[in-house]
Amino acid sequence: MAETILDVRDLRTSFYTDEGEVKAVDGVSFSVPKGKTIGIVGESGSGKSITSLSILRLLASNGKVVGGEVRFKGDNLLAYSEKKMRGLRGNKISMIFQEPMTSLNPVFTVGQQISETLIEHQGMSKKAAMAKSVDLLKLVGIPSPEKRVKQYPYELSGGMRQRVMIAIALACNPEILIADEPTTALDVTIQAQILGLIRDLQQRMGMSVVLITHDLGVVAETCDYVAVMYAGQVVEYSDVRTLFRKPRHPYTIGLLKSLPRPDADQEKLVPIHGTVPSPLHMPVGCRFNPRCPAATDLCREQLPDLFDDGEGNQVRCWIYNEQWPGEKEVDVFGEERIARR
Amino acid sequence: MTKYIIRRLLQTIPVLIGVSILVFSLMHLIPGDPAQIIAGEGAPEKTVEQIRERLGLNDPIHKQYLNYMGGVVQGDLGNSVRSGRPVVDEIKTRFWVTLELATYATILAVFIGLMAGIISAVRHYTFTDTAIMIVALFGLSMPNFWLGLLLIDWFAVGGDWLPAWAKLRPSGWGDSWRQVILPVITLGTGGAAIIARMTRSSMLEVISQDYIRTARAKGLSDRVVTYRHALKNALIPVVTVVGLEFGGFLGGAVLTETIFAINGMGRLTVQAINTRDFPIVQGAVLVISVLFVFVNLIVDISYKLLNKRIDLG
Repeated sequence: MAETILDVRDLRTSFYTDEGEVKAVDGVSFSVPKGKTIGIVGESGSGKSITSLSILRLLASNGKVVGGEVRFKGDNLLAYSEKKMRGLRGNKISMIFQEPMTSLNPVFTVGQQISETLIEHQGMSKKAAMAKSVDLLKLVGIPSPEKRVKQYPYELSGGMRQRVMIAIALACNPEILIADEPTTALDVTIQAQILGLIRDLQQRMGMSVVLITHDLGVVAETCDYVAVMYAGQVVEYSDVRTLFRKPRHPYTIGLLKSLPRPDADQEKLVPIHGTVPSPLHMPVGCRFNPRCPAATDLCREQLPDLFDDGEGNQVRCWIYNEQWPGEKEVDVFGEERIARR
Repeated sequence: MTKYIIRRLLQTIPVLIGVSILVFSLMHLIPGDPAQIIAGEGAPEKTVEQIRERLGLNDPIHKQYLNYMGGVVQGDLGNSVRSGRPVVDEIKTRFWVTLELATYATILAVFIGLMAGIISAVRHYTFTDTAIMIVALFGLSMPNFWLGLLLIDWFAVGGDWLPAWAKLRPSGWGDSWRQVILPVITLGTGGAAIIARMTRSSMLEVISQDYIRTARAKGLSDRVVTYRHALKNALIPVVTVVGLEFGGFLGGAVLTETIFAINGMGRLTVQAINTRDFPIVQGAVLVISVLFVFVNLIVDISYKLLNKRIDLG
């Protein structure tokens, strides 16, 4: 594994609402190797976006990181002053968001919005920043950038706007790009273009990418490593080949079984029954136990740790621990699993 | 931009014609015979007939309107039926007095309202926010004649710091800025409160938008995010309110003018109504209405300056 540039350890983020504390992220750990892409996958409400916002400390005012560490090149970002943090955002670590239609400020031109970052972090003059903005628009594949730079966001299509967002994010050559569902709001053809663009620019600039998505197809295509999230926790972390070839957590298996795949001889798609638990009423024990076909009493009582297989692959499931009380061979969503040890 | 302004200017023409028709109809909408009303009850038939002749009331109505408008276009609003002086002369000095009063009140309202609203929004749901909003609620609920009397009691009677009434000079307010202070506070307080509340709610809505998160993700300081990215978006509904408030100050300065004995348009209009001086009433209403139309035009142009996407043309 290459040098680790970002290391998230046991991250915990809570929101304080009228109904009480909502533990949106509860013990998330993963690491991002330099120059690689890590995917964070999960259903809506699994805490993947909150994880990314916690890394950059961009949470809404009622949200707070209550524990853990976010180490960027060894430094814990959670201990940074707000001023130091600002120097990092959009400069060393950039972020793009799900909604290109609403993520750009409607009252400023595209050029103004790109050059702002350059002026802030690189102390460029307005003129130089505007010239660089044109180059950046060219870089992200926007035709006639000299004209576009003077336009307002409403004059651009969704795909164009996401390209502009990418241009803003890449303006200062960041070391990490966090992309929070960058293609969810776009047409399928545009999706492929945007993902291709991100991958292409990543290779050219050598940055690491944290790609947040609910789309396993996107993960398979673009990621080197994957963290699967469920109910605010990482339930499985491994390299992308292992994840698709040998998924281990019942939730991951369920996700893959519910997905049509041309390479597998599926007779029918198997759904995961039940729904994601409310963060206000998390189940005791393993959070997936109410929906897991293999759940035992141990699963209903004790939350498993992330168990490491010694090769950097981790899974949060009792099946892979010596304490597992059940059969050696467990049937999970029609897949036969053999417990380790 | 120029095209937009020209289009908006052309659009004011039908509005102005409509306004002039309404103002002109004023005299004819009053129950009874205007000539009789002007002459007073029990006046001899001959006098009434003379007045009717002088005002041209015997002509067909469309001709009367065209005559009136012909005068208006040339700057002739007729003569006062009481003093016999041209309406334009009667209005002229008083117009500037009211315009000045309304302008100062608007500046005060915008300055205080914006500041208070922004602070409230940035610190939403804190003690500061609640305190500002409670004060704003007072400002909004307080009738301004009462506020005016209170201010006179505190600053003029109690402390003798500021004059209780404004001594009007032929040129308007003259050089004594001190006499402007109390009337301006009286007139502007309600507006400041409305603008503060409007700014707060508009800012709160904008602050939760995606593009504000983008701005923060770029590493911009809170100051830049608030005053550059949020405020420019939040100002659009506020500008509308400011325009309406300014119009309201122009037409609604009557009470303030009465309390502080200011000879402005408001007082002139009320006096004219009491003495049934129709030409003065018509002239005053026409001038205020035209000004109001142009204030709205300025508001629409400001929209376009704030957000290029808006097109009301």
